[in-house]
Amino acid sequence: MKNTERFASTALIVGFFLVWELACIAFGISEIVLPRPSQILMTLIERWPALVPHTVQTLYTTLVGFALGVGIGVVIGMIIGSSRVAYNVAFPLLVGLSSIPKVAVVPIFVLWFGAGTVPAVLTAVVISIFPVVVNVATGLATTEPELEDVLRTLRASRTDILFNVGLPRAMPYFFASLKVAVTLAFVGSVIAETVAGNRGIGNMMLIASANFNVPLTFAGLFILAAMGIGLYLIFAAIEKRVTGWANRKAELAMG
Amino acid sequence: MTMAAERTAIPSPPGAIAPTESLSRPLIQIEDVSLTYGRGEREVQALSRTSLDVPNGDFVALVGPSGCGKSTILKIVAQLLSPSEGHVFVVGREIGAVAIRIGMAFQNPTLLPWLSIRDNVMLPLKISQPFRRDWRRKKNGEYRDRAEALLAKVGLSGFAGHYPWQLSGGMQQRASLCRALVHEPTLLLLDEPFGALDQFTREELWDVLQALWMEQKPTVLLVTHDLRESAYLANRIVVMSARPGRIIVDERVDYARPRSIETTFRPDFVELNHRLRSLIFEARAAGPGAVPAGAAA
Repeated sequence: MKNTERFASTALIVGFFLVWELACIAFGISEIVLPRPSQILMTLIERWPALVPHTVQTLYTTLVGFALGVGIGVVIGMIIGSSRVAYNVAFPLLVGLSSIPKVAVVPIFVLWFGAGTVPAVLTAVVISIFPVVVNVATGLATTEPELEDVLRTLRASRTDILFNVGLPRAMPYFFASLKVAVTLAFVGSVIAETVAGNRGIGNMMLIASANFNVPLTFAGLFILAAMGIGLYLIFAAIEKRVTGWANRKAELAMG
Repeated sequence: MTMAAERTAIPSPPGAIAPTESLSRPLIQIEDVSLTYGRGEREVQALSRTSLDVPNGDFVALVGPSGCGKSTILKIVAQLLSPSEGHVFVVGREIGAVAIRIGMAFQNPTLLPWLSIRDNVMLPLKISQPFRRDWRRKKNGEYRDRAEALLAKVGLSGFAGHYPWQLSGGMQQRASLCRALVHEPTLLLLDEPFGALDQFTREELWDVLQALWMEQKPTVLLVTHDLRESAYLANRIVVMSARPGRIIVDERVDYARPRSIETTFRPDFVELNHRLRSLIFEARAAGPGAVPAGAAA
């Protein structure tokens, strides 16, 4: 990103909150409807000690669910992507399962495991599996046969081909899916906390809104946004380091 | 015999060819090989009962119109395809039963984009025996030096750490030649390796390949549709007819090496090209492939 673009996008974010703040004052909007960003920030600071356990809980369920989801997703993706037949056979089922709204499975998890941490983790798992499976499988299945031929003329085994061509080739797809999956994992755990939790940001926001404590509800939203952005940035940075080759810069290439 | 003596620098892999065997048998024997793609209505016969012997140390160019099955022969020898009928023997034994080291370069450089040029060139040492067993120990020493020495020979000494996309097409193809030769293969298979390059780069790379071949002396099967290229590089030119491919000419080329661009202006070189061209043209017009040749285009 160029410096001017970076400046413009920062200005846009600052401007967004400024317009929000000023609009609330200008139109005399009550804090019960839409609190001002400054009020939300104040609430965040005042109630911080009480908010920490909820934040930790949500981060914990999200990360555990995300890690399990990615692990399972990679294995399934490798199996499906390793052969053209498996890919074609399994894809319709996969699309079907992934199009189920994941909110709908929360009541089932609550039925099986009771309210609390387990359904939140499981919802995060289910919601983050699919992007990983689809991307890893697609990355493997679209490997250029010419690149595999290079290895096959060297009498490489299927495992050699997988580790030297298939998996490195699928890495950009995998990391693209991680960025999607980590934000989705948050959606999963917060939904479960809202529906059937006794802790976590989702649960806290539900209770705050029931008490008409709107600034606190919005404070929860801010925490979620901050955690989501943080994790996204971490995975984007790792992606850049590991798969820099896929984002080739034209100006470095020679004629 | 002298060739065999020169090539003892590398320990032979288990199941490698005994020197006596290599003298009595051609390295590659292709016998009555046919290959059919597809089924029923869509059936396409790429090769029809083709036979070809390639003695050890020979440099054979396979020339013919596109779609004549010359690349198919190469892929069968590389075991990327299995023939529908017929047999391929390597030093007298069915292909697959004998482990010979093969190096292959394709029309596209096919370098792995996530590896540096150096690591791309070292790939055969990582995968194929006997180098593989010492990979961990030698990858930062001997193997690395070997890859860099080879890169220097093709004029890429400063580019070992670059990534493929940072290099031009001609430079990538040089690196691809290095990768095909780094493990000193017994058999070098080249599938139109210079087909996508401009004339000047192509002629430069002919000399690069010739120099590398004169040094290592592998047996070479070169597929090309460029007659000048085949006459410049090969010891023997095999011309194939249009689909289904049959061999119509098998001719030796005896110009002294190293050949240079000057060789291509000699009257007998021009005459040879002329004669081969008219033979291909006749085969196209009169042969069984007369219609498919047009249809395949």
